[in-house]
Amino acid sequence: MTAKRLPNGGRIDRDQSLEFTWDGIHLKGYAGDSLASALIANNQMVLGRSFKYHRPRGVMSAGVEESGAMITVGNGAKREPNAKATTQELYDGLVAKGQNAWPNVRFDMGAVNSLFSRFFAAGFYYKTFMGLPPFESFSKGTGLWMQYERIIRKAAGMGEASREPDPDSYDHAHGFCDVLVVGSGPAGLQAALNAAKAGLDVWLVEQDWELGGDLLASGDPALEQKRLDLVAGLQQAGVRVMTRTTAFGLYDYGTAGLLERVTDHMSSPADYLPRQRFWTLRAKHTIVAAGALERGFAFGNNDRPGIMNASAGRVYLNRYGVLAGQNIVVATNNDSAYGTAVALANAGAQVSLFDARTAIGGDLMRIVGGARVHVHTGTVPFNANGRKGIGSIEIAESAASGWTAQGRHSCDLLLVSGGWSPVVHLMSHRGVRPEWNAEQACFIAPATDEPIHVAGSAAGIWNTDACFESGIAVASQVIAAMGGNVTISSQPLAGGWSSPIEPVYEIKVPNRELKSFVDPQHDVTASDVRLAHREGFVSVEHLKRYTTLGMATDGGKVGNVIGLALMAEALGRDIPEVGTTTFRPPYTPVSIGALTGRNLDEHFRPLRRTPMHDWNLAQGGRMQMAGLWHRPWYFARAREGITEAYIRETDTVRKTVGLCDVTSLGKIAIQGPDATEFLNQVYTNPFAKLPIGKARYGIMLRDDGIVFDDGTTWRLSETDYFMTTTTAHAGPVMVFLEELLQTRWQHLRVTLTSVSEQWAGSAVAGPKSRAVLEACVEDPAVMDNAVFPFMGVIETTFKGGIPCRIARISFSGEMAYEAYVPSDYGNAMMELLWPAAQAYDGCLYGLEALGALRIEKGHVTGAELDGRVSIDDAGLGKMASETKSFIGSAMRNRPELLREDRPRLVGIKPVNQSETFNAGAILCPADDVSGLGEGWITAVTHSPALGHWIGLGFIAGGYEAWEGKPLVAADPVRKGNINVEVISPHMVDPGGERMHG
Amino acid sequence: MIRINCPFCGERDHSEFSYGGDASIEYPALDASAEAWHDAIFLRENIRGMQAETWHHANGCRMWLIVERDTMTHEIKSVKPAHDGWAKAFKTGEDWA
Repeated sequence: MTAKRLPNGGRIDRDQSLEFTWDGIHLKGYAGDSLASALIANNQMVLGRSFKYHRPRGVMSAGVEESGAMITVGNGAKREPNAKATTQELYDGLVAKGQNAWPNVRFDMGAVNSLFSRFFAAGFYYKTFMGLPPFESFSKGTGLWMQYERIIRKAAGMGEASREPDPDSYDHAHGFCDVLVVGSGPAGLQAALNAAKAGLDVWLVEQDWELGGDLLASGDPALEQKRLDLVAGLQQAGVRVMTRTTAFGLYDYGTAGLLERVTDHMSSPADYLPRQRFWTLRAKHTIVAAGALERGFAFGNNDRPGIMNASAGRVYLNRYGVLAGQNIVVATNNDSAYGTAVALANAGAQVSLFDARTAIGGDLMRIVGGARVHVHTGTVPFNANGRKGIGSIEIAESAASGWTAQGRHSCDLLLVSGGWSPVVHLMSHRGVRPEWNAEQACFIAPATDEPIHVAGSAAGIWNTDACFESGIAVASQVIAAMGGNVTISSQPLAGGWSSPIEPVYEIKVPNRELKSFVDPQHDVTASDVRLAHREGFVSVEHLKRYTTLGMATDGGKVGNVIGLALMAEALGRDIPEVGTTTFRPPYTPVSIGALTGRNLDEHFRPLRRTPMHDWNLAQGGRMQMAGLWHRPWYFARAREGITEAYIRETDTVRKTVGLCDVTSLGKIAIQGPDATEFLNQVYTNPFAKLPIGKARYGIMLRDDGIVFDDGTTWRLSETDYFMTTTTAHAGPVMVFLEELLQTRWQHLRVTLTSVSEQWAGSAVAGPKSRAVLEACVEDPAVMDNAVFPFMGVIETTFKGGIPCRIARISFSGEMAYEAYVPSDYGNAMMELLWPAAQAYDGCLYGLEALGALRIEKGHVTGAELDGRVSIDDAGLGKMASETKSFIGSAMRNRPELLREDRPRLVGIKPVNQSETFNAGAILCPADDVSGLGEGWITAVTHSPALGHWIGLGFIAGGYEAWEGKPLVAADPVRKGNINVEVISPHMVDPGGERMHG
Repeated sequence: MIRINCPFCGERDHSEFSYGGDASIEYPALDASAEAWHDAIFLRENIRGMQAETWHHANGCRMWLIVERDTMTHEIKSVKPAHDGWAKAFKTGEDWA
């Protein structure tokens, strides 16, 4: 084809010239151009290489259905592969490249694949390399198969994404409206305007950068004026208009997914702008005025550069001022291409029109009128000659038994119209199965119970005036449904052509085997469809998967109907009997970045900091993630690594005193006259007689009898309790307690308040802990052992009048306290406690030392209570009351949970005390290191108190079963096998004298 | 996106809620047999159609709700507080609590 830019006409701004680069060549276009129109104007014909055969491809359309001009836009990390040149807005400095070709799309070594095309037919992937001749004898192993796959993957493919992180930012946004209108063609514009005039809150989204849809290519001044009036009306009526925005999916309850391309058309976007916005819009009504897509039909070499759909020829002419060829053939089976042929002839091209129909109405000849268009009826092309462009076509004539070859016709551009497919995608997303309309040869979505309405050519209405009417009708229905006062008008019927369409899906003549494409983007041909049928793939869904028809980035927008028709023909059935494929979101591709939005890196999930976070950092604290929390891990002193630090911290706590930020523990205020009864039913151990001013350690089970959580609960008054939970289960415990009170136990008068964020806490642990607190509280007498014994609770004040509540509880096994102050006093508390602790050579300690201390004591945490462990497994069976019922009390006695050989908590130590071992190792008998073993290790630490490594774990039957027997901690991929033995989990101070002291 | 009309907060995205389970389950008394508890916990109908379910407005008012939802279409027929006192108060307009 020989394209040229016309001196005038179109919607481009000839005063604003833009420079861009195509495959390293510097070219010029104008503001208002798409990349495709600018490339055509520059006579760039070969823009891509096909998926499997590396056939040269050019522009095939002017929109989202494009399957030929798949290109890569941008450089480096910003590179975007598989962009469509037809929807890429031109901007100054745009850099685009061809893809799936080496060295370039114009001369591609990969085209050698064409010579082996029989290997690449439907199912080639499965057949050629998996056990068919000549490979069956030596391709049994997966190794060889993977070699093939690497080669295939390289040879067949699309563009390549950047391997660098995406430097762009993306936003997530949310919206609400009365009416969402998708598409701004005649129906959409009119519907949006009428709905807004009736006082409804209307959003109009348009994937293009200009409003008007098909009106933009009408070339009719009267229609252009009408478009301008409507657009001005929209602004006046307060419609929220979003261009460059695709409604890519419709979901439940009127939720629409919108992708707004904010900067993809800008040369140098401002830094603060996101590249794209991902909108979740909730609309009470949705009007789908998304238009229709023109399809071609299959014939020999119908994928050659220089072959486009017919309406694209009109778009390039009327919208972009580009005459894409000089000697043009328009091939059609319906009325819609006639206007295009006339417009092209009037623009100075030689135009011949081949109509598959033998009889056409007089209306069409009136359209042609005096224009120099040679109309041939009953004839269509069956083959295109040429490789990187077309020089001629071969013509077939309608005969009694199909088509017969008739002659040759020279041309440089072939425009094909095989009918129109309404965009039923969004309805399909809602589970609405489109119905085949034989009269219009297209699928149309039937009405749905949901408040979604289809208007314009999306409903199969072909005439512009009828589309305006359709917009009025649909808007009136919406206005009425929203309670507005309106006269409801009825929708025009589908159709509108003066001569009926003649269904044409494939043109082939006897004795000519030609490659005719059904889905050019995935290189699926008509013979692939027939091959699939011969091989037994008769269901459309199977056909699709076997041939990959419709599974390319265009999602079968053009090819699906043709493929379906060919399958119906092969089966000897009608199209509706064969079915239809379901279109799923997204309508057009959505970048992963847009789905991710800002939820990445440190914003991947929320971060929770304790009020003492900065204070901990200032003291040299290294942080560790515990769920969403940042908690101190260890406080390294000079020349210390983590190991030295935690061993010193553990040792210091046992010898004098340490402070640890425990704010992240869950805290729940449980209040009300029935609070005691409530706790007594939630916990396994008795709470009915817990005195005021006392705390108790408690265990909760789930309904199924498995351990849920543990913590301490403090009784502050007759009706007021303060519960602490583990950090990990703070949320789930709160949810469960709320559920109990609001559903099962509605009679209990109890309120729950999560106060996790209201109280900042510090553990004060070690022999000098009491002395430290005495130095910090206003009245040291409250700390006296006689008035504040083990498990006691006091509410008092720290110096400076800081209100606090302190419980004498111990996770470390030392004499220890947990002190809580209102969060805002967190730092003030640490400023008091820390100098007091330093006076006793105390330390700050983190999670690592906390872990070491608790492992030495055999105290369980989430590492042990992993949702599979019963209270007996954890060695806490005596915490379960036998005299009362509680959540889980019935189910905990299931026979399976009472088996003697269940894995039970044990302590572990190495036989050779200088050896270490890892958490996660499998415990096996020393003479049988195999399989799943007899148990596993959950936690390990160096124990300063014992002078060697210790661990906790579970083993079938527990300590009694394995006492004195040689065991191995098997860790094949890390440490290998270490000889270990089981010991009691209470490894330090088993009698608990230290914490009572 | 299912939209749930929380009686306390108004219509909200389902992402604010967390699904509880079958609201028709009657949990046995705590001292009931393991068999009764087994049936309540493990034996659930997999209903196609309208089902009463509990939902928790976890990222909202923290109230447990009973939602009648069609498991095929996501159509929601009714939403009420799980607590009978609140449900009655919404029905009669009387104060409760």
